[in-house]
Order: sequence, then C-alpha cells, then structure tokens
Amino acid sequence: MSKYAFLPIVSGQSLPLSDIQESSLEDFRKAIIQGVHDGLRLVCFCADAELRLFAILAEDAAKQLRIGWTKLAQASFPSITPHCVQANLFEREIAEQFGILPQGHPWFKPMRFHASWAEGRDAWGRTTSPSPAVMDFFTVGGEEVHEVAVGPVHAGVIEPGHFRFQCHGETVLHLEIALGFQHRGIERALVGGPNILSLKHAETVSGDATIAHVWTYCRILEGLAGVRVPSRSEWVRGVALELERMANHVGDLGALAGDVGFLPTASFCGRIRGDWLNLTAAVCGSRLGRDWLKPGGLGFDLEPDLAKQLLPRMAKAWADTRDAIELLWGAASVMNRFEAAGHVDEAQAREIGLVGVAARACGIALDVRKDHPSGPYIDHPIEVSHAESGNVHSRAWVRWLELVESHRFLLEALEGLALAPGDPAPPPLPSLAPSSLCVALTEGWRGEVLHMAVTDSEGRFSRYKIVDPSFHNWFGVALAMRGEQISDFPICNKSFNLSYCGHDL
Amino acid sequence: MIHILLSRLRQGHRTIPYPGSLPALPERLRGRPIVDVSKCANISGANAIKDGCQLCVEVCPTEAINLREGAPQIDLGRCLFCPECEAVCPPGAIHYSGEHRLAARNREDLKVEGGAEYRLAKALDAELMRVFGRSLKLRVVSAGGCNGCEVDVNVLQTITWDLGRFGISYVASPRHADGLLICGPVTVNMEEALRITYDAIPAPKLVIAVGACAISGGPFYKQSEQLGGAASVVPVDLFIPGCPPHPLTILDGLLRLLGKLGTSA
Repeated sequence: MSKYAFLPIVSGQSLPLSDIQESSLEDFRKAIIQGVHDGLRLVCFCADAELRLFAILAEDAAKQLRIGWTKLAQASFPSITPHCVQANLFEREIAEQFGILPQGHPWFKPMRFHASWAEGRDAWGRTTSPSPAVMDFFTVGGEEVHEVAVGPVHAGVIEPGHFRFQCHGETVLHLEIALGFQHRGIERALVGGPNILSLKHAETVSGDATIAHVWTYCRILEGLAGVRVPSRSEWVRGVALELERMANHVGDLGALAGDVGFLPTASFCGRIRGDWLNLTAAVCGSRLGRDWLKPGGLGFDLEPDLAKQLLPRMAKAWADTRDAIELLWGAASVMNRFEAAGHVDEAQAREIGLVGVAARACGIALDVRKDHPSGPYIDHPIEVSHAESGNVHSRAWVRWLELVESHRFLLEALEGLALAPGDPAPPPLPSLAPSSLCVALTEGWRGEVLHMAVTDSEGRFSRYKIVDPSFHNWFGVALAMRGEQISDFPICNKSFNLSYCGHDL
Repeated sequence: MIHILLSRLRQGHRTIPYPGSLPALPERLRGRPIVDVSKCANISGANAIKDGCQLCVEVCPTEAINLREGAPQIDLGRCLFCPECEAVCPPGAIHYSGEHRLAARNREDLKVEGGAEYRLAKALDAELMRVFGRSLKLRVVSAGGCNGCEVDVNVLQTITWDLGRFGISYVASPRHADGLLICGPVTVNMEEALRITYDAIPAPKLVIAVGACAISGGPFYKQSEQLGGAASVVPVDLFIPGCPPHPLTILDGLLRLLGKLGTSA
C-alpha cells in the first residue's frame, strides 16, 4: 500500500466498482488534501444521486490516476476547498447538482444556476429556479473603486458569460466570472445512456473541441465494453485530434494578432484556419469532425488514397501557416503587447490546477499525450511544448510550438496511413460492463478533457461526468487580469480562449 | 515591414469569387438529403407499406424522420446531417447530396420529401428590401448550443468569404443592428438576455435562426434546460439548417433573403 489510500488506475481503464475500496469520509478528504499537497492534481471530484463522492487525482509523473470514493451518511460534508483550492468549483458543482452542502466552503455560490437534480434538496434552500449570474459578487470597497459589468451578450460572435470587474481607474483589482448561460443539461441527458443521442451529446460538449470530447467518450465506451480499437483506427483518430489542434491554434494566433491590431496575421490566419478545418471535412464531411469517430473505431476511414491526397494539401496549409505566424515574432509592436499582458505565475497555476496550453505557458510541462498516453501517442510520442513567462506571449508561443509538433505528427501519420490498408467498419459495441467505472483523459487543443462514467446493474450510465479544460482554467483568466488594465481584457481572455459551453455543459 | 509585404505577396488574393462561381466543397459533405421514394421498401418492396420498414426513423437521433404514407419525410430543422439514416437504409432510399442550399423562410418548408420540390428562402418583400437590401447589420446572440455554429458564422467575416462586400456585417450593439442572428437552442438561462437584446433592436427587425439547435433544440431537444429554439422566444424570418451549417449554407441563406441570388445560384 502506497502512501495514498486511493487505487491506482490508468486512463481508459474500466473496473468493477467493487474493486475500488470505499474510503471513510475522513480518509477520503485526507487523501485528496495530502495528494494535492504532494503535487498530485485533483482532476475530477463529483457526486452521484446515491450520495457517493468520487475523486480522481492525477499522478502525472507515475503516468497513473488514483481513484477513491466514499458514501455520505447525510447531504453534507466538511469542505475541502479551504485546504485545496482546486476543489473550489467541484464542490460548488456538487452542491448545485445534488444539493450536497460542502460545509465551510469560503466562496459558496452556484456555478451554473440551475435547479437541483435531487428533488426537494437544495444546497441554498431555494424554492424557486435560480436566475443566471444573480449572486453576491466579490466587491472591493473604497470611494475611488468602481465596478464594470459585462455580458452575458458580448460585442462579437462569442458565447455568453458575465464578467464583473472591480476597478481602480483603469486597473483591474479583481475579476469574477459568472457562467451557466450555456447550460443545456448534457450530463443529466447522458444518464440512462448510452443511447442514440449520447454520441451527439459528446460531440456537442464544446463544438470547437468535438474530436477531443468524442474520442474521450469513445474510450469510455470501449473501456466498459472491453473492446480494443485497431491501431490503424487509433492513428486516424490521432490525425483527427491534431487537425483540430492545428485549426484552433491557428485561429487563436490570428485572433490574438487581431486583438493587438496586427492585421496581416489576423487576416491570413482567419483564412488558413479554414484550410485546416477543410482537411477534416475532406475525411468526414464536417469541418468540426462530426461523425468521424465512432465507439469501437471510425465513422469515416482515412483510406490510403485519401491520405495521399491530403499530404500536398497539408503541405500548402502548413507553408501558409508558417508564413503568417512567423510574422508575429518579428513585429515589435506585437511582442510588446504580448509580453506585457496577462501574467499568471507558476505557483498560482499549480495551486489552482491549470491545465493545457495555459499551464504549459507557466512552465508546467503537463500533457495527457505524454503523461497518460494512449492510442497513437504510445508508439508516436509527442514532445511537450512549454514556455516560462506565463503571460500572453507564452500562451501564444506554446501554441506555435504545438503547431510545429502537431504538424510533425500529422506528416508521419499521413505518410504511414498512405501505406496501410484501412480497417473494416467497427462491429456494433457489445453491452457495457454493469456496476463498473471507467475514466479517460484526452489532451484536446485547450487541454485536458476528462470523462468518467459509472454504470448501473444493467450496464447503463448512472453517472456521466465531463470535465472540460475550461472548468479548470476560467479562474486562470481572473488571475491573469489582476493588476492589468481593463482594456487588456480581450487579449487576456483570447490568450486562454476557453469554452463557455464546455464549462456550462 | 518588408516581411509583411512579402507575406502579403505569398499569401495572395484569397477571397472566393462566389456567388459568381461556387467554391469547391468537400466531397463527403452531407448537404441536402434526397429521398427516392421509388427505392423505399415501404413503397416498392415486396413487403410494401403495411409491414412498415422503420429503420431510418429508428436510427435518427433527433426524430427528424417521419413516415408519410410509408415514405420518409426528413425535417431539416431537426436533422443533424449525421450519416445514420443513409447508412441503415438497405435499398438506399435516402441519400445525402452535396447540395448546400438549405435556408427557408418558413419552418414547414424545411421538410424534405420524395418528389416534392424544396422551397428555398424567398427574398424580403419590397419595403423591407428597400430598408435592408443594401445594408444589413446583425447582432449575433449565442444562446446555448456548442459554439459550433458560431465557428462557421464567424468564418464569414474572414477574407475568404468577406461578408462585408455584400453589405452584411455583425455589429457590437443591438442598437446598431437591423436584426438578430441566433445560434443555440435558447437555454432557460439565456431567455431573458435574448428577449432584452431583441427588444433593444429598432423596428423593423429581422431574426435569423442558424443551426439545428436554434431551429428545434438540436441534440438537446429533449432537455428541459432549453426552450427548443429561437422561435420559442422571438419570431423567426429565416431558418438555416445544419449541425453546424457549412459557411456557404449560411451565406446562401443571407444572400437569398436579400434577393442577391438568382434562381440559378
């Protein structure tokens, strides 16, 4: 028995619930607090309808996860947040979904503003439906302090969210973000599944990260059904995921250029992003990769002939991408703005549990593809890109490094696929293991996507938990704004480019 | 500076000549489905109508297909353009064509049947055309959904599509807008914000619903957290189906509404 009471498992592994020993509430809390104190990350913490609490810690250095659970005797437990900031949003979510009270939570308010799923049990004792973003915001006192409220409807083609700034003159002292406007009930809809809508729900957790979420969902189903996906199909899935990363990173770098008024890169990248999306569409007909992946394998194969056709198209898109983005690093006006804005330091980033591009920009070399590899990333490892400064420049630079690395992966994959005959269409999936649990992680373009499923005695989902990287990272945007001018909000926000719908579910 | 100019030369002029000619679309694009009634087992098969083959109806994730006298009728307002119905039909009565033109003015016009002609969106009437025909400013409201439609709505502003050359642009305030472009099923949490935004637009005003969510709730149609589309809150003038619609489908709808496309385009 190691010093952590939780059971070690790996991403994609399914196991009977009875194999995971129940912890006492006290041991459960201690394991989380001690684990996070020792540098493990709290990647999932959730409840279910039977008053069970589940927690998953990532022990990245050992390439494994640790899972534990406890059953509450009543609908409350002593909050972990005062000892572990990473539990903050998770505990608010547990309270909102199941009316379970984390006693002593220091910032206890709703996070998505929906009614409790547990009938007659509301953590705030409310009897009417909550209104979005109606809560006590953190405020700063003083005659010269003013408050700026923005959203939910913003001045652009962008998702809804409410931002409350506490300002002294131009300087932002604090930003509090209230989301939930996109809440459409995805986790609740998945309970009782999988059914014919479940795949569509996985695809629409966050449309710009369709592949990241669908692949994670597929691995949950494949884990629970005990199905192995042919390695060629996994390679094609890797192509899908990296194409998604290319399109979004190119789009983000263009948008960042736009936010500092550097129009050449902004206009070039707007178009080039489309070239990457169209490569995805060439395989599956959809620019966002809808229906490309299917539990058990692929909905659309990337046949050798198609791989051959895509190679020259990719070479062209890559040449344009390099040309457009390299302009950024030579433009003093861009560098000046990028380097001066949106700093988050490494200690803060670790404390709040940042993931993905935002974490790597703070010098934290964290990447599911390397730390918890699966599929093509086992035989074709990627190098983790990172930067040190934690500012807008670092987040832009990490994206660029990742473009280079993903392009290398794609080139190798397409050249390999051009020689390998396709797999037959996957047979229908056998039924899922009953009373089991499966957890899977994928490194989407924003960062770590986690899904966890628990099945009932019939093999149906009794709980399906989704953690989008945005869930971890929104607090990072708030920290990045501290001490910044409010006019730098757009560039700080864009440098994270988080998903509202992925957070709101 | 010289690098920027050289890049500009290398990147070249990239705005597509549409509507003069159509851009190349992905070969596997699932555009407007076509129902070939003569191939439907319920109509022509040995065990015609009464036994009732229901395969396409059963695999559709959003109940977009109904049988009308045995033959499938597909509601594009609900359709997610997934390949399931096409794949499951043994005689191949349903086939996705590469046809990108999908926008319609009436909800009922979004239904595809064998034999019947699809009623594409008609242009605005003369008075509205006088007001909006040369300049249409839209406020985009994302009201639930997955941000997929926003991706392809946004794309129209890039140099590839250059929406501005048609006199259409997205504006930052509803006070500056002539209409609303809505994505998403309208979540309960966005209802009030959507209503307020709509009310803030001066009349006369237009509403455009983009994507399956904004038309019917899309994949979330069963959820009580959403209202089943834009029409549940505001009157809709143009429906653009898809999940998400291809940018060309969205642009086609907008131009059709403004009478900028002939019958042949």
